[in-house]
Amino acid sequence: MAKFDQNDSSVVVIIGSGAGGGTLGNELAQKGIKVVILEAGNRYEIPDFINDEWESFTQLAWTDMRTTSGTWRVAKDFANLPAWIVKAVGGSTVHWAGASLRFEEHEFKARTTYGGVPGASLLDWPVTLAEMEPWYAKAEFKMGVTRTNDIPGLPGNNNFKVLEAGARKLGYKTVHTGNMAINSQPRDGRGACQQIGFCFQGCKSGAKWSTLYTEIPKGEATGNLEVRSGSMAIKIEHDASGKVTGVVYADSQGKMQLQKARIVAVAGNSIESPRLLLNSASSMFPDGLANSSGQVGRNYMRHMTGSVYATFENPVHMYRGTTMAGIVRDEAAFNPKRGFVGGYEMETLSLGLPFMAAFLNPGAWGRSFTAAMETYPRMAGMWLVGEDMPQETNRITLDPVAKDKFGMPVASVHFDDHPNDVAMRTHAYKQGSAIYEAVGATVTYPTTPYPSTHNLGTNRMSEKAKDGVVNKFGQTHDVKNLFVSDGSQFTTGAACNPTLTIVALAIRQADYIAGAMQKKEI
Amino acid sequence: MREVDRRNKYDRRVFLKGAASTVPAAAVASATGLGITDAWAEDAKALTPATLKTLVKVARDIYPHDFLADRYYIVAVKPWDGKAAEDAAVKAMITDGIARLDQDARDRHKVPYAQVPWEVDRVALLVGIEQTTFFKTLRGDLVVSLYNQKELWPKFGYEGSSAEHGGYINRGFSDIDWLPKA
Repeated sequence: MAKFDQNDSSVVVIIGSGAGGGTLGNELAQKGIKVVILEAGNRYEIPDFINDEWESFTQLAWTDMRTTSGTWRVAKDFANLPAWIVKAVGGSTVHWAGASLRFEEHEFKARTTYGGVPGASLLDWPVTLAEMEPWYAKAEFKMGVTRTNDIPGLPGNNNFKVLEAGARKLGYKTVHTGNMAINSQPRDGRGACQQIGFCFQGCKSGAKWSTLYTEIPKGEATGNLEVRSGSMAIKIEHDASGKVTGVVYADSQGKMQLQKARIVAVAGNSIESPRLLLNSASSMFPDGLANSSGQVGRNYMRHMTGSVYATFENPVHMYRGTTMAGIVRDEAAFNPKRGFVGGYEMETLSLGLPFMAAFLNPGAWGRSFTAAMETYPRMAGMWLVGEDMPQETNRITLDPVAKDKFGMPVASVHFDDHPNDVAMRTHAYKQGSAIYEAVGATVTYPTTPYPSTHNLGTNRMSEKAKDGVVNKFGQTHDVKNLFVSDGSQFTTGAACNPTLTIVALAIRQADYIAGAMQKKEI
Repeated sequence: MREVDRRNKYDRRVFLKGAASTVPAAAVASATGLGITDAWAEDAKALTPATLKTLVKVARDIYPHDFLADRYYIVAVKPWDGKAAEDAAVKAMITDGIARLDQDARDRHKVPYAQVPWEVDRVALLVGIEQTTFFKTLRGDLVVSLYNQKELWPKFGYEGSSAEHGGYINRGFSDIDWLPKA
């Protein structure tokens, strides 16, 4: 395993080891480029994962202080937990569900397709589906996505069978067990899914793709990748010419260190990435690094989400088996006749009893709540995930008061639903409930969004430098050797889960960085 | 379909040992098979036995599950005694919160909270304090300290950790048998 000197200014420093950072690190290492990944969290391996929701949450979740504002209900129910993401090597690929879907062509052209939506800061991506297709194909192959590369779909669990039966009765056509980065048969040195459940707590069988036990060890095996866990990036430094030169970070002992760098790539998820750029303000960049547009932190998206749970006369045991291997895609299409632009997916979801108590209706108590809880084994559940509208005022800023243990301002997350988000959620609740009622649900529960798992858009890609933070390769418009490699690059969010697109962009970005290094452009 | 055995399948001694640090008296009471006596509240360090017993009643009224014996609610609220012993502000919050609830109960029903006979009347009193820090803190803690007890999961038909049993691939992940033919 490589160990690079802190004064080695030839390395690429990547901040974060999740879908973006972990993939970029391995891709660069495979090309012979020296990489140091700084990961704020600790390194846990598969045997360390815990099939227990709260214990696992304590182990893996990013619970460092954050503040919230806005009209979203999360700000009231979980004021210091705006997002449910992971602080560990592998980042949120440790707890992600595995759903791996491509954007539709029109979703790269949201401004053109949807037109001007009042209050929304819509923009077309500076890339097209045609341009992304080969990179999507590489990502699907790398991750072993079911229903691609001749990999069969996963078998449907009880929760899926309920969803499928209801959806078919309603006339929905595209209903299957999903395009999942979870092995349905042994592949790439990892076994097949054992239907354990607990996909969100770290996959105990390793069937689910995570950078933790795919990209990162593969990169490390080249001798070109060093992962420093417990290393929290504090500030990115630059020289008089405005080029970045290194990253100041707190090591696992809390001591400040400086790693010099030829290139820096930020991949700390859409809350920490803009926070780091803003915290890296200097006399040359008083509004933060790469922020001449004023767009760093803006256009925060979290997907239109929500869940529908339903109670039946007979048992379902929804928690048995793969959590999200089930999808209805018919509502993902663009069909403004429904009263909103964009579309949404319906995907199976289950929570264990402890999380169901916390998230079914946060703050609720009394008999109507406990009556619902007592139907737990007879419940089915789905997650609704759709495109939300980017808004300039939905935004990550530095909290003026709260600081972390290193004295750095924490991220403050402001979010208001756009009327389009509300209209879509209302529609999705209705359709979700109808699916379950079609097969005999006695009660349905339209469940409020959880703390955000899909955090997007806060360093968005744009054709023109004034409209966003990075170009089509994730390279910041302002600083040539500074990149963004996570979901914060997203210009718009599309209906589907974001990870496949993050991975595809990271593979493509590695290619671009390697080329630019070779040509001595950076 | 493979149904879940609703009986407690957890090793009782492990459960009691685990709970022993927080509820020795409750553990002894249930281990002897005598059921819950008031003994569990008598060794309180910071809160009075009456306050603790009222807390248990409040906990049941917040999350009423008639198939759960008091011992689950005791396990859920007893740690407040330890927290109150360590932190005067916590002690004041609990003591004052219960005192107000008792006062409200006396004003309306001439008896302290725990003696108000009907749940619906006690719930009306809780609604009156729903926006207080006391209630919000208590409820926010209880939703974890109650539902996160592994011992009560089987009663809700939840099977808990599954990896050590080989997952559900051979244990009913797709055994649903009542759906209409698609």
